[in-house]
Amino acid sequence: MTNARFATRSELIGILVLAVFLVVILPLCLDVFRLNLVAKYLTYAFVALGLVICWGYGGILSLGQGVFFGLGGYCMAMFLKLEASSVENTKIQSTPGIPDFMDWNQITALPMFWKPFHSLTLTIIAVILVPGIFALIIGAAMFKRRVGGTYFAIITQAVAAILTILIVGQQGYTGGINGMTDLRTLKGWDIRPDHAKIVLYFFEVACLFGCIFIAQFIRHSKLGRILVAMRDKEDRVRFSGYSVANFKIFAFCVAAVFAAIGGAMFALNVGFMSPSFVGIVPSIEMVIYTAVGGRLSILGAVYGTLLVNFAKTSLSESFPELWLFGLGGLFIAVVLAFPNGLAGIWQDHVQPRIDRLLSSRKPKPAAGWTDNSVADGAPAE
Amino acid sequence: MSDEIKRGLQSPLRRKLLMGMAALPAISMLSRPSFGAGPATSAVNTTGLAVTDTEVTCGILHSATGTMAISETGSIQAEKLAIEQINAMGGILGRKIKFIQEDGASDWPTFAEKAKKLLVNDKVAAIMGCWTSASRKAVLPVMEQYNGMLYYPTFYEGLEQSKNVIYTGQEATQQILAGLNWIAKEKGAKSFFFIGSDYIWPRTSNKIARKHVENVLKGKVVGEEYYALGSTQFNSVINKIKLTKPDVIFTDVVGGSNVAFYKQLKAAGIDLSKQALLTISVTEDEIDGIGGENIAGAYACMKYFQSLDNPNNKAFVPAFKKQWGEKTVIGDVTQAAYLGPWLWKLTVEKAGSFDIDKVAAASPGIEFKGAPEGYVRIHENHHLWSKTRVGRAKLDGQFELIYETADLVEPDPFPKGYQ
Repeated sequence: MTNARFATRSELIGILVLAVFLVVILPLCLDVFRLNLVAKYLTYAFVALGLVICWGYGGILSLGQGVFFGLGGYCMAMFLKLEASSVENTKIQSTPGIPDFMDWNQITALPMFWKPFHSLTLTIIAVILVPGIFALIIGAAMFKRRVGGTYFAIITQAVAAILTILIVGQQGYTGGINGMTDLRTLKGWDIRPDHAKIVLYFFEVACLFGCIFIAQFIRHSKLGRILVAMRDKEDRVRFSGYSVANFKIFAFCVAAVFAAIGGAMFALNVGFMSPSFVGIVPSIEMVIYTAVGGRLSILGAVYGTLLVNFAKTSLSESFPELWLFGLGGLFIAVVLAFPNGLAGIWQDHVQPRIDRLLSSRKPKPAAGWTDNSVADGAPAE
Repeated sequence: MSDEIKRGLQSPLRRKLLMGMAALPAISMLSRPSFGAGPATSAVNTTGLAVTDTEVTCGILHSATGTMAISETGSIQAEKLAIEQINAMGGILGRKIKFIQEDGASDWPTFAEKAKKLLVNDKVAAIMGCWTSASRKAVLPVMEQYNGMLYYPTFYEGLEQSKNVIYTGQEATQQILAGLNWIAKEKGAKSFFFIGSDYIWPRTSNKIARKHVENVLKGKVVGEEYYALGSTQFNSVINKIKLTKPDVIFTDVVGGSNVAFYKQLKAAGIDLSKQALLTISVTEDEIDGIGGENIAGAYACMKYFQSLDNPNNKAFVPAFKKQWGEKTVIGDVTQAAYLGPWLWKLTVEKAGSFDIDKVAAASPGIEFKGAPEGYVRIHENHHLWSKTRVGRAKLDGQFELIYETADLVEPDPFPKGYQ
């Protein structure tokens, strides 16, 4: 177990199945409208993926991932908004060439911090760096002082609330509660028509697999094992000479960057960004996606996000007045009956059967694709 | 047809049973008109909308859940009532209106998603919906991209005009200016204190109000304060009001914050029968939560009050209560939402087609004489000509009409000199 393996055989199969599902089956079965909805759901899968690393492995429950989703989303939205606010598009305003909401708020020149977002390269760097550095600051401030557990969760909530208030309050610079709407083109390429939606979907799926590979790599590296060890017995890891705080900061930053990429994808796919993705409620919802999928399972997070969002859409279409009860019931049922989420169900009920089927033919059974296989190298507690 | 009878029975079933015999004529009236006698579908629908020989589908898109549900429920009810009444009269071009209701869940991206679903999947011929400016801003690009038609009921900040939207509420200048003129004349008011919730509508409205006070009325704005949505602590601003002693408190605080605001005003000893207060955000719906005793004496400036004394309103209010319960109240936006389906019907019949482009082109000049607020007409800019009215809140939660403009006020979403 000294060599970092990238993935076990059954994990590879799992990734392959997911790839076939997202790249072949969904685009063939769904019309563009539904496919675009899936693209929207998958933006949350980035966040859920980050939470698997940070919460599932690192044991750091963050109830403020919306902050990073929002920061990433706003960076991308600012770029798109600037492009949509060209002088000829905004002739009707008192100051043409600035975003419409600035004009409504009597701002007459583009603020300094908006200027870098004229450039796509700088925007992409900002999408990664702004949330990453922000997470680094929060993480350093908290973990170096050994703030953890519930206190950390509460502080992340507070950060989410503060950022929402900031965005809503500074509406001249951020679009306020309306958010940034009517995003149109990316480098002159219209992101709204159907064919663009399809391209964006595949681009997003590619990015998602990039993130899945990074998560897999972290999980199977020594780093991932230390994270698990830290989650289960922090003191032992500390006494062994590891800097627990640095590992926690790292996990938190990775989760933040994943969430930010999701946010940027959201702005591209949905065509707008608003503070309603930044606050406490969406942040908790994102944790729910991970919980439903199984917080220990990288692929489970993706399936969990898809399932919850699909349930949300279809329930609300069929029962506009009652759907929230159905969704609430689903969460309670999952948490009560299957504390390890979808991945747990798979692990306990489906995988053994497949193993039995396979082992009747082959002598060597395959390992599960969920996390418990990680525990075989970590101290068992 | 059986479908229709079912809908007629569905939600009001219990109430109708309770009312016993009285309800029977209503149900039999619903099932009387026969549909399918209108012009050929190929002639009235050239763009593939959900129109058949007997039916036309429209969407209802409001928040049935979440924080906005309390405000938007009235609009949903009004739109359903209007659709039912239109169907009882034979529908539009001989076609029965079928509606698909979607829940925006007080969440702006959900509004955009559902609007897209209604247009792309369901091919609805029109959408009655949205409430907050934020939801409209989210839906607007979708309406323009997929060429839909939205009937939007809320009074709002203006600065917008779209081929794909008919604004059945008032835009800011329509609502505010006449009210300010009236209070300046009636009360000799010179100093004003503005309090609003912190988002685009109050900020834009106050901007317009400030320009009017300073440039036209030659008065003074002695304070302007904003509070986050949902805020419940107004003590500091109430202290400032006591210090500056403005002639008029002008407020556009929205939603649940109103309850705290008016209770704290009363607790601070500010008597609204002596201190003039003009609100543009409190309708009968809000008073339900605030309590009549906390707001009695305040003036509200909008286009409709439930207590309006005209034949249209005298038919509308009982019909609404019969459908949705004796205790329901009808506020300004609920009435504006009721206009949506009617204006759509009149426009489609004038255009002789459900095609969005033809409906948009036929909209200017459409007159609706049966509006509960009185006669209204659609302007070239897709807003409504309507009267502005001032009412005084009474203990029982109703408004007493104090003043109304003599003529219809022209909608002006991009007011010159007010930006």
